[in-house]
Amino acid sequence: MVHRERRSAGKGLEFLRKNYFLYILLAPALILTLIFKYVPMYGAIIAFKDFSPIKGILGSEWVGLKHFEKFLSSPNFDVILMNTLKLSFFGLIFSFPVPIILALMLNQVRRASVKKNIQLFLYAPNFISVVVIVGMLFIFLSPTGPINQFVIWITGEPLMFMSKPEYFRWIYILSDIWQGAGWASIIYVAALANVDPELHNAASLDGANLLQRIRNIDLPTIRPIMAIVFILAAGGIMSIGFEKAYLMQTSMNLPASEIIATYVYKVGLQSGDYAYSAAVGLFNSVINVILLISVNFIVKKLNEGEGLY
Amino acid sequence: MAVKHSRFDRFLLTLIGIFLTLAVLIVVVPLVYIIVASFMDPTVLLSKGLSFNLSDWSLEGYRKILSNPAMVRGFGNAVFYSAAFAFVTVTVSVCAGYALSENRLAGRHVFMTLFIITMFFGGGLIPTYLLVRELGMLNTVWAVIIPGAVNVWNIILSRTFFKGIPNELKEAANVDGASDMRIFFGIVLPLSKPIIFVLALYAFVGQWNAFFDAMIYLEDPKLHPLQLVLRSILIQNQAAPGMINDQLAMAELKRLSEMIKYSAIVISSLPLLVMYPFFQKYFEKGVMVGSLK
Repeated sequence: MVHRERRSAGKGLEFLRKNYFLYILLAPALILTLIFKYVPMYGAIIAFKDFSPIKGILGSEWVGLKHFEKFLSSPNFDVILMNTLKLSFFGLIFSFPVPIILALMLNQVRRASVKKNIQLFLYAPNFISVVVIVGMLFIFLSPTGPINQFVIWITGEPLMFMSKPEYFRWIYILSDIWQGAGWASIIYVAALANVDPELHNAASLDGANLLQRIRNIDLPTIRPIMAIVFILAAGGIMSIGFEKAYLMQTSMNLPASEIIATYVYKVGLQSGDYAYSAAVGLFNSVINVILLISVNFIVKKLNEGEGLY
Repeated sequence: MAVKHSRFDRFLLTLIGIFLTLAVLIVVVPLVYIIVASFMDPTVLLSKGLSFNLSDWSLEGYRKILSNPAMVRGFGNAVFYSAAFAFVTVTVSVCAGYALSENRLAGRHVFMTLFIITMFFGGGLIPTYLLVRELGMLNTVWAVIIPGAVNVWNIILSRTFFKGIPNELKEAANVDGASDMRIFFGIVLPLSKPIIFVLALYAFVGQWNAFFDAMIYLEDPKLHPLQLVLRSILIQNQAAPGMINDQLAMAELKRLSEMIKYSAIVISSLPLLVMYPFFQKYFEKGVMVGSLK
C-alpha cells in the first residue's frame, strides 16, 4: 500500500517533470477563468444576502429569498418580464428564417463573382458597431429624418419612431435583421455549396421544378444546422441584445424597452442596489437555462433525436 | 450544370434576382446616405435632401470631428485596447488550446468541462463588477482587457486546429531531443499562423466595436475608447467637450452637432468596412471553423 502510493507519487512527479510545460501553457487561461468566471458565480450568492460593502460578500447577512420576493411583487415585474420575453421571442421568430431564405436564394446565383459581390455587401453591416447602428436609427428615424420626410409626404405627419413604445420592438428587430441576416447566412451558404449538383440534375430530369428541388434537396441539407442555430439562439434568448436595447432607450419608450438586463444595470450599477440587482440577474439566468433545456428538448423531438446535446 | 429550367423555374430565378437586388439595396442605401450626408451642411440636407452635386459638399464636418480632442483620443484608445486585447486573448487561448490538444495532458477533460460550463453559466453583471472593483481594476485599462480575455470559443477553435497538426512532426522533433518548449515555439507556432490570424482579427474587431465594459469600468473620459465618444455624440446628443465654443448660438450649436454625427459615423466605421473585403475569406473561415464544433 505504502509502496504503491510512493510509486504513484513518484510517477506523478515524473509526469509533471516531463509535461510541466503543457501546464504552464494552460495556466493563464485556467487562472483567469477561475478568477473572472467562477469567483463571480460564487459572488452571485449576494442575491441571497443584504450586501454591505464594509462586511464584504462573505460577512454580509443572509436574507433568503427577500430580494427575489421584492422583484416578483414589484409593480414593474410583469411589464419588464413581458418586455424581455416579447423582444426575445419575436426577435427569434422573425430573425431566424431570414438568413436561411437569403442563403437559399444566394445558392441559385450561378456566377461565382456575382455571388461573391452580393455577399460582400450583405455582410458589411455586421462590421458596424452597435453604437453606430443605434446612432443611425436615431438619425434616420428622427422627426426630420429621411424616413419621416417620406412619411410626411404621405400622411402629412411625422411618426415619433424612437419615442413611441409601440414602435420599439419593430425597430429593434428589423434593424437586427438588417445588421445580422447577411452574416448569419454564411453558414447555410457553405452547407449548400456541398450539395452534389448531380442530385439537382437527377431531380430536374424527373421533372422537379426549382421550388420542389429546394424543398426536397436544399432544405434537408441544412436542417441539422438550422436546429443547432435555433437552439443556440433560443439559449441566449434572455441575454442577447442588452447593449442595443439600452442604447435605444428613451424616457418615452421605456414602457416597451425596459428589459430585465437594462433593469439590472440601472438598479445595480447606477443606483448601487447590488444585492437586489444581482437577484434580478440571477432570475434572468435561471429562466435562460430553463429555456435552453426545453428548446433543446423540443428540437430533439422534432429533429429525429438530433439536438445540441 | 445540365439542369433544365422550365418556365416556372425561370420565373422563380427572376424573382430571386429581384429579391437579392432589393436586399443589397436595403443594405447599401443607408450606408451611402450616411457617407454623402457627412459631406453636407445639415441645413442644406434638411431643405434639399441628399445632393450628389460636389459644389454642395464641404469638409467642415470632418474638420470639426478630426480637430476634436475627445474623438482623436478615443480613436487612439480604441486602437490600443483592440490591439492589446487581441494580443492577450489570442495568446491565452492558443496556449490553452495547444495544451488541451495533447492527449498526454492529464485531467484535460476536467479542464475542458470547467471552460465549457462558463459558456452557459455566469455570475452576472453585478458580481463581476464587484470583483473587478475589488481587484482595484476600476478605471484602469486592465478592466477592458483582462476579464474577457479567456474566450472558450477561441480555445475550442485552436484546440481543433492543433489536433490537425500531424503528430509525426512533433515526434520527430522529440526524437531529436527537442523539449516541449522547443516544439511549441519552433514547430507548432510557426504552423499556426492561420488560426492566430483569424482569432486576432475577430478579437480586434470585437473590441473595436465594444463599449459596454468601458462604460461600466472606465470613469475617466481620457480612457474612453472611440465607441463611448461616439455614444455621447450620436445618442446622448452631446457634442464632446472642447468641440464647440460655448458662446455659439443654439442654432449654430445644433447645426454643428448634426453635422459631426455623420462624419463621426464614417470615421469610426470606415476602417473596418474598408479592410473587411480584404479579409473576407478569413472571417468566413472563422465562422466555418467555429461551426464545426
